[in-house]
Amino acid sequence: MKIESIENEIIEEFEIFGDDWEARYEYLIDLGKSLPLIAQSEKSDNLLIKGCQSKLWLKSSFDGNLVNFFADSDAIITKGIAALMIRVLNNQSPSEILSANLDFINSIGLKEHLSPTRANGLVSLIKQMKLDALAYKSQIVN
Amino acid sequence: MLAESKKNLFNHSTIRNDFPILSRKVNNRPLIYLDSAATAQKPQVVIDAVDNYYKFQNANIHRGVHTLSQEITIAYEEARATVKKHLNAAHAHEIIFTKGTTDSINLVAYSFGKKYVNEGDEILISSMEHHSNILPWQQLCDDKGATLKVIPINTEGEIDLKEFKILLSAKTKIIAITHVSNTLGTINPIKELITLAHQQNIAVLIDGAQAVPHLLVDVVDLDADFYCFSAHKLFGPTGVGVLYGKQKWLNEMPPYQTGGGVIKTVTFEKTTFADLPLKFEAGTPHISGAIGLAAAINYVNAIGINNISEYENELQVYATKRLSEIDGLRIIGTAANKAAVISFVVDGLHPFDIGVILDKQGIAVRTGHHCTQPLWNIYGLQGTVRVSFAFYNTIEEIDSFIVALKKAIKMLI
Repeated sequence: MKIESIENEIIEEFEIFGDDWEARYEYLIDLGKSLPLIAQSEKSDNLLIKGCQSKLWLKSSFDGNLVNFFADSDAIITKGIAALMIRVLNNQSPSEILSANLDFINSIGLKEHLSPTRANGLVSLIKQMKLDALAYKSQIVN
Repeated sequence: MLAESKKNLFNHSTIRNDFPILSRKVNNRPLIYLDSAATAQKPQVVIDAVDNYYKFQNANIHRGVHTLSQEITIAYEEARATVKKHLNAAHAHEIIFTKGTTDSINLVAYSFGKKYVNEGDEILISSMEHHSNILPWQQLCDDKGATLKVIPINTEGEIDLKEFKILLSAKTKIIAITHVSNTLGTINPIKELITLAHQQNIAVLIDGAQAVPHLLVDVVDLDADFYCFSAHKLFGPTGVGVLYGKQKWLNEMPPYQTGGGVIKTVTFEKTTFADLPLKFEAGTPHISGAIGLAAAINYVNAIGINNISEYENELQVYATKRLSEIDGLRIIGTAANKAAVISFVVDGLHPFDIGVILDKQGIAVRTGHHCTQPLWNIYGLQGTVRVSFAFYNTIEEIDSFIVALKKAIKMLI
């Protein structure tokens, strides 16, 4: 599925909640709980995303075509947001990941998590996912 | 009992009307502002004072012969006199306007350090200091080859007096300690600490950022050598603060920054510096800030700082009692003598998550390490949720906060 299609799918899912912040956050919390964990032993500092109030770890792998992401956090809302990002960018090619504009975050009422004061690291997470993709892209070229 | 004594102190419906921001909504809920330890809200009189300055009084101070300049110079010096009176300092020239507490501490660390601290000397701070009362001293120690020593605290979050006495030595040049902890709420027995330090001729700097908005501070009675605070935590403007210093130190210390205003005469070969306080106020100062600060002090004094202390203590005691009813909630910092600051953690929950869900309900709290990372290493925590109160908060707001917090816990667990 294309990144944009997944984004639209998420926007539709969130539309059901309307102005109900509680339902929206409950959904996000559930997503967080369902995110596959990264094993404690693997949570080294080099997987840690900087700029977060909570701890957020990101891991990725590449099979030559598509990128796979894994994330974990000690805060459940951060995990929920990471789960959404992974749903959008998982199993995509490095080029598609790099060109994704990820506008869906604004559309689903989570724009506040992009603000610099929130410091939950969503901005840093997106940056790191794209950096990983860039590294994998350079592998293809070489 | 609570409601009754509150009524005796001041009338909340009018007090809250003094603060325009308190009537706004956040996320479609009435704002409940429980983050006054980060910055306090501003009463209309402060906003008006700053507004009036830019509309009708704006000119540079200590410069022109023209009427505006003379008027604002008088107003600026009156602001200094207001601060002097508020702290009960001996002289107005012992009051230096700075950018804030951080700037005041940096000034002392630089100037006092340059003059008095040498290789092998020691500087003493406590375990509960804000980063701004750690880093300037760390830098000074690095520059001079001095050693930073740290006074331990007990599990309640109180200074270990026995250890404090042991740490004092002939090598100790200055002690920098907070009056009130911004995270634990502990009110330190600074008068006692200063007396002990002075018995060995050691200077003491007090970080009063969290104390001045809540307590009566008398620098002469405390016998503090330096006392620092920020206007914005005292319901005044941001970007301005105060350093009180005994003149015997300030006269001897070299200027921190140099430039316009700090001089008597300048040639390319040599400069003669101005007398106090101008020696430490290089450049055009934050004039509107000083004017706004004076308005804030007058506002606070009209209510009465002792009334404020008494009422805020009621809020603190009540909030502590209500928070203690929640399963799995642990209050960090349980000193016998506390200001209106409460830090807590909830088992299994991250402070960030709690903060986000409270915000959705219109409640402003602080989450994270509160710029006291070394303290959290002692407690083995990443951070806490912190609620802090001012006199404009109410018992009803605390009740609403407790309901919102219970909801957050239910959603997150």
